Parts: sequence; C-alpha cells; structure tokens
Amino acid sequence: MSLLHTSERPPALLVLADGRVFAGVGVGAAGHSDGEVVFSTSMTGYQEALTDPSFRGQILTMTFPLQGNYGTNASMEESATIQVRGFVVREMTDLPSHWRSIETLHAYLERRGIPGIAEVDTRALTRHLRSRGVVMGTITRDETAEQALARLQAMPDYATLDYVAEVSTDAAYDFEEPNRLLAPQSDGSPPPHIVVLDLGVKRNIMRLLRQRGCQVTAVPHTTDAETILSLRPDGVLLSPGPGDPMLLDHVTEATRGLIGRTPIMGICLGHQVIGRVFGASSYKLKFGHRGANHPVRDEITGKVYITSQNHGFAVDGDHLDAAVQVTQLHLNDGTVEGLQHTSEPVFTIQYHSEASPGPNDTEFLFDRFMTSVRTLRESSRGGR
Amino acid sequence: MRPPKPASVLIIGSGPIIIGQAAEFDYAGTQACKAMREEGIRSILVNSNPATIMTDEEVADVTYIEPLTVEVLERIIARERPDALLPTLGGQTGLNLAVELHEAGILGKYNVRLLGSSIRTIKLAEDRELFRQLLTDIGEPTPVSVIVESWEAAQAALDIVGLPAVVRPAYTLGGTGGGIAHSLEEYERIMKNGLDASPISQVLVEQSLLGWKELEYEVMRDGNDTCITICNMENLDPMGVHTGDSIVVAPSQTLSDREYHMLRNSALKIIRALGIEGGCNVQFALAPRPDVVGWAESDTADCLPYHVIEVNPRVSRSSALASKATGYPIARVAAKIAVGKRLHEVENAVTRRTTAAFEPALDYVVVKIPRWPFDKFAGGDRTLGTQMKATGEVMAIDRTFEGALQKAIRSLEFGSRTILWERSDWPAVPPLDATDERIWAVLASIRRHVPLEEISGRSGIDPWFVERLARIVEMERTLLAQDLTPLLLREAKRLGFADRDIATLADRLPDQVRALREEWDIRPVYKMVDTCAAEFDAVTPYFYSTYEDENEAPPTSRESVLVLGSGPIRIGQGIEFDYCSVRAARALQHAGIESIMANSNPETVSTDYDTSDRLYFEPLDEESVRDLLENEAGDSGEAPRTIVQFGGQTAINMAKPLNNAALPIAGSSADSIDLAEDRGRFGQILAELDIPQPPGAAVHTLEEALSTADAIGYPVLVRPSYVLGGRAMEVVQDANELVRFFGAALAENTGAVLIDKYLVGPEVEVDAICDGVTVLIPGIMEHIERAGVHSGDSMAVYPPQRLTPEQRDAIVDYTTRMALALQVRGLMNVQFVIAPAAAPNGPGVFVIEVNPRSSRTVPFLSKVTGVPMVDLAVNIMLGRSLLEQGYSAGLWPERNLVAVKAPVFSMSKLVDVDTFLGPEMKSTGEVMGVDYTFGAAVRKALIASGLHVTAGTPFLLSLSNQSKAEAVAMIRDLHEAGCRLYATEGTAALIEGLGIPVEMVTKRLNEGHPNVVDVIRAGTVKAVINTVEGGRAAVQRDGFHIRRNATEMRIPCFTSIDTARAAIQALAHPDAYEVRPLLEYRDGVRP
Repeated sequence: MSLLHTSERPPALLVLADGRVFAGVGVGAAGHSDGEVVFSTSMTGYQEALTDPSFRGQILTMTFPLQGNYGTNASMEESATIQVRGFVVREMTDLPSHWRSIETLHAYLERRGIPGIAEVDTRALTRHLRSRGVVMGTITRDETAEQALARLQAMPDYATLDYVAEVSTDAAYDFEEPNRLLAPQSDGSPPPHIVVLDLGVKRNIMRLLRQRGCQVTAVPHTTDAETILSLRPDGVLLSPGPGDPMLLDHVTEATRGLIGRTPIMGICLGHQVIGRVFGASSYKLKFGHRGANHPVRDEITGKVYITSQNHGFAVDGDHLDAAVQVTQLHLNDGTVEGLQHTSEPVFTIQYHSEASPGPNDTEFLFDRFMTSVRTLRESSRGGR
Repeated sequence: MRPPKPASVLIIGSGPIIIGQAAEFDYAGTQACKAMREEGIRSILVNSNPATIMTDEEVADVTYIEPLTVEVLERIIARERPDALLPTLGGQTGLNLAVELHEAGILGKYNVRLLGSSIRTIKLAEDRELFRQLLTDIGEPTPVSVIVESWEAAQAALDIVGLPAVVRPAYTLGGTGGGIAHSLEEYERIMKNGLDASPISQVLVEQSLLGWKELEYEVMRDGNDTCITICNMENLDPMGVHTGDSIVVAPSQTLSDREYHMLRNSALKIIRALGIEGGCNVQFALAPRPDVVGWAESDTADCLPYHVIEVNPRVSRSSALASKATGYPIARVAAKIAVGKRLHEVENAVTRRTTAAFEPALDYVVVKIPRWPFDKFAGGDRTLGTQMKATGEVMAIDRTFEGALQKAIRSLEFGSRTILWERSDWPAVPPLDATDERIWAVLASIRRHVPLEEISGRSGIDPWFVERLARIVEMERTLLAQDLTPLLLREAKRLGFADRDIATLADRLPDQVRALREEWDIRPVYKMVDTCAAEFDAVTPYFYSTYEDENEAPPTSRESVLVLGSGPIRIGQGIEFDYCSVRAARALQHAGIESIMANSNPETVSTDYDTSDRLYFEPLDEESVRDLLENEAGDSGEAPRTIVQFGGQTAINMAKPLNNAALPIAGSSADSIDLAEDRGRFGQILAELDIPQPPGAAVHTLEEALSTADAIGYPVLVRPSYVLGGRAMEVVQDANELVRFFGAALAENTGAVLIDKYLVGPEVEVDAICDGVTVLIPGIMEHIERAGVHSGDSMAVYPPQRLTPEQRDAIVDYTTRMALALQVRGLMNVQFVIAPAAAPNGPGVFVIEVNPRSSRTVPFLSKVTGVPMVDLAVNIMLGRSLLEQGYSAGLWPERNLVAVKAPVFSMSKLVDVDTFLGPEMKSTGEVMGVDYTFGAAVRKALIASGLHVTAGTPFLLSLSNQSKAEAVAMIRDLHEAGCRLYATEGTAALIEGLGIPVEMVTKRLNEGHPNVVDVIRAGTVKAVINTVEGGRAAVQRDGFHIRRNATEMRIPCFTSIDTARAAIQALAHPDAYEVRPLLEYRDGVRP
C-alpha cells in the first residue's frame, strides 16, 4: 500500500437517523454497525476510549483530526475488548510511530470486527451533533444511504437499552496485574479489600486501587448487597458504565443496602446510581460530556479541576435527599459533578478521576476514599 | 485570603526587538494593558520601543517611552507611585529589571507589590543550582550536570555525568568551544578547548540528551491553586536545537495519552512548586525509544524517562504561539490572575459562555517555523544549536499536518524556496544536521530514496514526521507521473500543495491550476479556531483554510475591507508594520467598516482575535489572499477592497497580482505603486517635475553597469530593485568591485539592478500622507549617520537639527509634488540625501528613494508628532479628504521635543556576521530617546540601545584614513573626559601627534601581544571605535576580529564616525535627562 492510502480504501458512509449523510472511506472491519453517534474532544487516548465500556452501544467520533499516530498496544486497553460500535475520524494513519506500538489502529479495529470511517469532516459532524443533539447512526459500506436510513428508523433508541448487562463481568474475580505484587501494609495487617461493583469498570480504576495496596474484587452488576457484604469489603466502589441509571433498578437496590455499612465511592454511572438512591432522577444531556478538558469546581474549596468525562446522562440535583450534599458542579453548564453524604462515608463523582485517557488531577480522590476505608477499618479493629 | 486588588500597576515592556525577544511581548503587554482596563486598574506602561502597539496612546493609561534602566524606573515609580509591578509580560528584560529594582531596595522603599511571580520564583527559575535543587525536592528529573573550572575537576565530573557528555563553556557565543563528547579522547580534547574558550575558564558538563524528543507545556495557575494546561507542543527538531529555532507542532503528535499526561503532571507540579500566579512555560526532554537511554524494555513500564530542561516563569514566545494556536489569550488571563482574579472568574472571550478555567481542545494541527536571517547574512553560521538565531516565525493551521507544514513554508515568504527547493550543491545524500535548511534536506533525501529509517536516525526527527514528509514526496511523484484529475488535485490540496507547486510538478501554469480548481469546484473552506473543538458555539471569527466540506466563514453582509499584514518579523520588515496593520484595522472599525485581517505571524498584535472583526491566519501569498477574497466575495462576486500599504513589502508586492486578478485595491493604485518602484518610470516623473536625484540608471547586464558607473563616476551604489532592507546593496568603489557585486545583485532575481551615484551627506527621511489633492507631512527626520548606512540602521532625529530653511522647504516641496504626481492615496515615504556640494546652484536636496507605502518610521513619527498617520491614510482610502479630517497641506508644526530613534542589533547571537554599518540593514529593532534637548534625547537613545558610554571608559580606536581628520575633535573630547586610549598602529600615531597619551596595540594578530583581540577579551577596553572604508572585501579584511570580539564581549562598537561622535558628545557633555510620559513632552508645556 502506498503512503497515500486514502484513495485505495473502500468508500463508506456515516448515515444519521435524522437523514444527514457523511461520505468517507472505510477503515477497520467491513459491513455495517449502528449506535448512538457521540463525539469526544480528547486529543489523545483513542485506544483507552475505544475500550472504555461506557462507550458501549455508541459510535465514537474523535474531534482531533489525526488518529492512530502512536499505534496500539495492550497496555492502553481499559477492558478486554473494543467497546464502541464504530469509530469516526478525519484521518487515520497507517504509519504509527511509537516504541510500544504493535499494530496500526486500522488493523486493531479490523481484527476485532469494529467498522470505522475516515476522511469525514468530523468538525461538521460535531457541529451538527452539538446543535441537534446526539442521534442514532450507522457506519456502512454495504448499502445505500436510503437503505441505511430505513434500517435506522426501525431501530430502538440508545437511551432505551441497558448496556450494563453486556459489559459487566459474568462472575466475580480478583483483579491482578502481572509483575506487580501487592505492597504489604506497614503494620503487617491484611490489605484492605475493595469490592468493585462492575457496571462497566475501567482497568485503571482497579490498577489505582491496587497501587494503593488494596485487594480488588470485581463483582457482576447483578450482585446484591448481602453477597457483596459477605465478601467482607473494607469499601465498595461503584464503577462507571454505559447508559441511563434509571434502567438499573437492581443496582440501585443493591446500593441502597450498602449505604451505612461500608465506605462507598461512586464514579460516573456509579455516581448516578447513588444519586438515585438518594432520590435524584437522571436526565439526558443534549450531547453529553466527552473529553479530557472538563472543568469542575469544588464548591467547598473553590478550586477548579480539569477532569476526564464520558457520560450522556446526568443527575438531577433538584430532588436530592437532604442527607447528601452537592459538592461539585460543572463549570460550563452547572451539572452535578459530585455528591457527599453528610454523615456516612459515601461520596461520588460524575467524572473519571482514574483518567486514562485524560488528566490525573483528581487521582487524589482515590486517596480520600482510602482514608475513609482505613479510618473505618482501624476504628472497627479498635472496637474489636 | 485574596490580596487586595491594586489600584494602579506598572507594566514593564521588553524594549527593542532582538533575537529571542520579539513581537510576542508587544502582544503580551498590549493584552495586559487591556486586561487592566477591564479590571478598572490604572496601567502605567514603560517601554523604550516606539514601534510597538502597546506604547500607543490608547493602550495604557500612562505611557512612558523611556530607557529600561533601574534609574529611569525608580523615577517613574517615585512619580506615579504604583501599588504594584507586573514584570512577567516583558520577557526576560522585565524579570531582570524586577530583580534589580528589588535588590536596589526600590520596591520596598516605595511599597510596590510584585505581581505574578515572586523574586524567589524568578531566581529559582534562573539560577541553575537553585532550580535543580527545587526539582530534586519535588522529585522531578533534570539532567545531571557539573560546573568545572579545571581539567582535574572535569575528569571527576565525568564519573557523575557519564558519556556522552555535552560540554558548554561559559560566556562564549553560540556555544563556541563546546561540543558533545562520545569517548574519553573526545572529552579531553573538547573539554580542554572549552576551558580555553571560556573567558572565565568555566565549563558546564551535562548529560547528553541529544536525540530525545523536546516538548513544551504552557501552564497557568491562579491564586487559589487552580492549575491548567493551555497547550502542549512537540518540537519536530529533537533536543539540541533551541526551541525558538525549532519547527514546532501543536498539539503533540507522537505522545500516547499516558506520556502526554505524565509531562502535564510534571508541568503542573512545577508551577505549583514555583508558586507562580500567571503563566509559565516548561520544557521537557523525553526519551524516544528504550535503546536511546540504554534502558531495558520491561513489561510493566509504559513510559520512558524524561527530564525537565527549562522553566520560564512568565509569558514567553511559546505562550504567544500557544495563544494563537489555541485561541486562549494567555497574557490577558495571566494579567488578570496577577491582580487577583481566579481562572473561573475570567470569561472565555472566544465562546463567551465558558470561563478561562478549562483546557483548550484543538481539532486541527498547528505548525510553527522560525524565520532565520540567513538570507541577509549569507556569511553567517547556519548551524542551529542552543543559541537562538531566528528573528521571527510563522504559523499555519490545517486539518492535516502536511497542509499546515506546507502553508507554513509558504508563509516564510522565501520567494523561490518552495517545498520543492533544493540546494544545488547538496551531495547525493544531503546533510541532515540541524540548520535552517534541514526540512528541505529531509525532503530532498526522501526524493533521493534515502531510507526513511536512516533519515530519522541521522536527524533524530521522529519517524512519524519523516513519514509525513514522505507522503508529501509521494504526492510529488504522483503529480509528476499522472494526469491531474479532480480526485488527485483535491488530494494534493488536502496535503497542502500550493497551486504554484502543483503547476511545476504537473507542468502547468499556476493560473491554469487555479482555473482547474474553479472548474472542478476545489476551493478551500474556512474553519474556526474556537478553543473547544466545536463543542460550543463560538463568537470569535478566527479562521484558517482547509480542504474539507463545511465552510464556517460565510461572507459578511456589512461593508468590509481586507488589511494585509506583514508576515514574519525579519530584518528590514519588523514590528513597525504590525503597528500599522493594527492601527488600520482599528481605523476601519471606527469608520464603521468591518476589518478583515490576514497574517501568518503568531507573535503579533495583528493576529490577536479581537484586533479585527475577522482574522484569517493564512500565508500572505497570491493564492491564499485570492482564495480568502473569493470567500469574502461569496455568491455576489464582489470581493472587499484590500489595503496593501501597511504590511511592508509583503503586502505591497500583492498589489500587482491582485490588480491582475481584477481584485480592488484601497488607496494608491497598483499603477501608482509601480510608478514609484519602477526606476525608469519614476526617473521620468522626477525629470518632468524637475526634482533632482543622484545620477544613475537601471541596468540588466554587466556591460551596462560598467558603462553607467563610468559615466557617473565612482563610488556608486549598487542594488537590486524591489527588495527589502537594502539586501544585496553595496557601495562600490571601482570597476573590480562592481564586477563582483553585480552578480550578487542580479542573483536576487528581481529584475533590474540599480546603479546610482553615491553622494556623501546627511540623509533625511519624510513620511507623507496624500489624498490626491492635499499632501500632509507630519515630520522630517534627519539621520545622524551619513548616507551609505541603511536608513533602518541609522539614528534618526525629529525634528531635524542641521537643515537650512531652504533645504527644509525643498524637502516639503519635492515631497508634495511627488505625492501628487504619483497620485498617492494614503502613505508615502521619501528618503533624501543632503549634498550641497553636488548641487552648487540648488538647495542640495536629492531624492534617493520613494516607497508608496507606510515605512518603518510611521509609528515613531505618529507618536512624537501626535498625527495619527495610519488613521488619516485609512480614512482617505474610505473617501474622506485630509481637510475633512481637519488636516491641511504642508509640514505639520514641529513639536517642542526632540526624539531620537536608534537601531538595536542582535549581533551577539549570530556568529560570523560582521557588524559594520553599511547599505544593507542589520538591525533587528529600535528604541527611542525623547526629551526637550537634543543632547538629552541622544543620551537616552544611546542608553536604551546599549551604546551609552560614560566618562573614563577606556576606548580602543582603529580608524580608517578617511575618518582620521574628522576624528581629531572626538579624540580630544575622549581624552578630556578621562578616557584611556588604546589604538592600532596608524591611529596611535595620529593620537600621539596630538600630544595625547595612547597605548599602541597591534591589529596583526600573529605579531606579538597585546593585540587588539587581547585588550578586548581581557576587558582592558570597554568601547571600540572602528571605522573602515572601501568595499565589502576590504572592510572584512580590516578589523573583522575587532568588531566580532567587541560584539562577543558585549561592549559598544561604533563603526560609523557619526554615531561615535554623537556618543562621545553625550559622554563629554552629559545632559541631565527628564523622565516623563510621552504625552507630556509632546502636548504639555515645557518646564
């Protein structure tokens, strides 16, 4: 293949349910694939994004025009598989340059059966999505725009589907990393045990907990409170994940049973579920928050943090129980970004303090979680 | 606790434009003043540079154009009593002065609070040892280095640093005497050389990071400890080349997310540790591959080691670039933070619905390329290293890297040096070491099938970039081999190929390619720089071209006019033209016309998004300007008028192509412009008007040149027509020299070569404004140096001190009649030589040159006379006469002040460049001294330009025979002022003959000591007067070492007897000088 490969690639279309059509060339796998078309403004981290379970059921557009520059490798994967349904880019390179790269982005998508489309005016697409809101769409190489549109119109909307069941683990497992042993506790006590309720967890969450000396167990989304507590956790983390929390009655119930019985940290979808426990409903944002530059203001310190975000739904703070306090707000649109229980060790964040991709500015929240975990453990040990 | 908001703030500008400190600080200072006004804070600005926008009356509340010294600043502080000092927007000059003011106890004495950066922070970032300690304390890696002063210490140092090691002698220029040692033998050789080369025998040994990636982060922090990154940038050139001399790409292209954030984390940690409230730039080296650091790849390590290289605790050239690359106004926000605002309390002026507390998301690629002065200094050392050599830079934006790179190359305005250029004497495998030509050498290597890995390996340029360049070459081959089709042409345009280059490759004419594009509907669309990758609707119309589907810049419905900017800062075309462009945009707005700005220079005020109503960041060539005018014409087909008068030669050169394309020009017509620039046509007009000019002719062959010179008599001035800044201009003494220089002039390829009689006498310059009926002359400027020194390198005095009334009248009369005859609509600049001896029957005023455009003296003259020259010219273009604007014909009444404009050079940065003043311009910037008397004004100009010498200073004199007689009075003055004199053979004899003690030092470097170089390098003499005569060859033979060594020791070196005389008069009779706001000198009552 010559260096100028674009004309050698098959034509492809991105067809939106509202009838707008973008022409480009096919990258990744052949065929067609459908999903909610969303965009992320993160300038790096395409592989982390592709493998982020929160993107399940979605076709991801990257606003930065050059993708694939540093290739792909397993260490950048946030889950075992590519989660997006399709990938839309301005330009995808077959000439990556990075010492860790083992495969081009194109080959990576192709091998895992994920269709993509390149040579799209992604800025025009983003402008369209920002003004009309996110919309269902399809990347296709094997049908006309009319055929694709007809198919799309018969399809259920993303918001009505529960993707958590697809991305959560089937069985509980201990998260371990090769070559990285758990650091021993300074007082010789067993490591804190954190149970992660897997709604679509990213590996980096578990990595960061391990780095803090925790034994980490991920459990399926269907696990009830008593089963979780039977694992004798020192803390529970409700993970991020795809879709609308209003579809997750069972997770909400399980969470309700955990409050007051163990320290809890909720991230993203986990935050929204905890919001539900305390009376808040959720609503769908017009085009969501997806990117690595979202400013969040801590209402107590006044400090602003740059956060990594990936969500289409948000917590409606209006009907929150007085027992929880809104501690953080999005600086741009005022969405609820953090909750804190006034008496129990429960706090949540809408954004991804685990980064990957994105800034590490709020990684300290894992330390805050660990502090409440250790404090409680020590006081309970002292009480014994 | 938030400190109280100051009521008044003193802002220090960065002074004259020099290499390493250019227009970016005008941009920063102007933004800071704007920010102060928005915050309701009184701003007091001081800068010595009159060519800046920041020193314009509307910008700060009080403006001082005074030398940037502690004494002057103390007088300003005593008078204005500011609450606070903001030193972080005036480059290194600003920071250094803040430290000096602090150390002199002045800040304490007047209770002035320092904003933005503390003294501790400034010192931490500047002092190598303190900085290393800080980094060690916070756990950030920095390259190992040791300072040694002997070979023994150097041997010990090697155990700590290891090989390869970088050897950097202290206080040598451009790294002279240093190098990289790979073996013990090399180390010994280089180290011993280095110890010798350093005047203080001090050498820094440093761990070699050559070949590592170089990255920069622009970060900000507010008083509440909120920290953000504005932009990261990746240097295409690896470590080893100064970042100001590197091709820079934003955002980084080859970093993974983890690497990007690893360095971002480090940058934020550093700004926190330094406690900066404002902006800061952090430079990193990142290992590109495990083998480079001899580091075993393991499964668990995802990131390679990095080192922190440098921190600038202030806004910088990089932050100006980052501002333009992202749309985020770093200087404005930094100024607001400095006075106590929090990031989230500052509005994002681009979106107007978000705040400054966020990180810009780019959805395009930005490429910056430096603009080096080697087109002017052909003899200069083109090697790039740790000493910056570029005078300016260009930036281009596109949705592809290749497109941005190619547009940036076009923006350099190197004429024939397109993407296809190759040096004719390159060997089969072109040299890939770091020079200004490397990007072309890489392309040439790819064309010659040098393996890409080899190119990357030898140059250290990341394979990603090399492969992108290979795509460009692949497209060249395709264009050479295949017929143009709509698909191929579109693909070539996506990769940034100019019509001109496509034409060359596809064997067409550029206009044919353009016609094909029109036929096939292949036109650029314009996308917006909006800080947020289209996530939010933005209101700021800041556009770049790309070949894609959706156009975001529909033509405006209001009447609009395009102002062409002046492109990159270069010698001969400096910040003055940016001043004019900015004023023009504002004048249009005041007149209710929408202003559209086009420019390619990221440093400037003109490319600030709120200077004009619409900004196109584009190359200033025919293709781009026509494309954007067609975009503005829209379906109506009526393009806005274009102003070509304010953007220097860059803009005026567009007159002809625009006219040929039937695009309308505002102001003087293309024909008027040609009339002034075409030697033959202009000569005819002068003859008809009976206005004298030195005899001469435009010639095309050597034979014509020789016969012309014979007819008019030597010495003659030889120069190509249509060039800037006197490039390739020579005073030629005889036929032999003429033969030698004629070729050089012809090689400029601009048509005819002009041969004129060289008349000796003072040079005088005027700027005039004409509406077709009335001609206003705001002022006359007299040069201190005689004709022969380029006007841009001369000291100029307003009002003139030596003209007779008859001469002045002749100047006004000639200027008026020429402006009317040329049908000038707008500005015109005329240069005269006053040579009464050559005209026994007349006033002795000869026209040397007319430029039908704004000149570099427009900001100076506008400021000292108070005549808003650019505004008047713009209004004339809009149809308002001078009379309607309240101005009448003739010379504007002289103001009750004396202003001296003095040039400033950057010679210490350019190894191997001779510093003597001649017809070819060499200065990079200017300063102004203004006062009530000539003596005080000259003294201030000398202080501000670094040429001031005081009584008792030891001088070295080496004078040409012609200047000896003139020098006698000067020598007596020096002696009386207690200056010890040293002189070369002939000059010493002259001085002895006057009965004045003198020490003879030989200029023959191999005949005993002390010689001239010894006394300069040892610091025995602190100033040099070295006059020379004859053509360039003679000049270079004579005294090159004297001048070069004086430059390297940074002591004043006078090569014109006229400048020396002015300096010695100031030394012998030091007038007390005033320190006042400019407006007080100009419009106030003289005390």
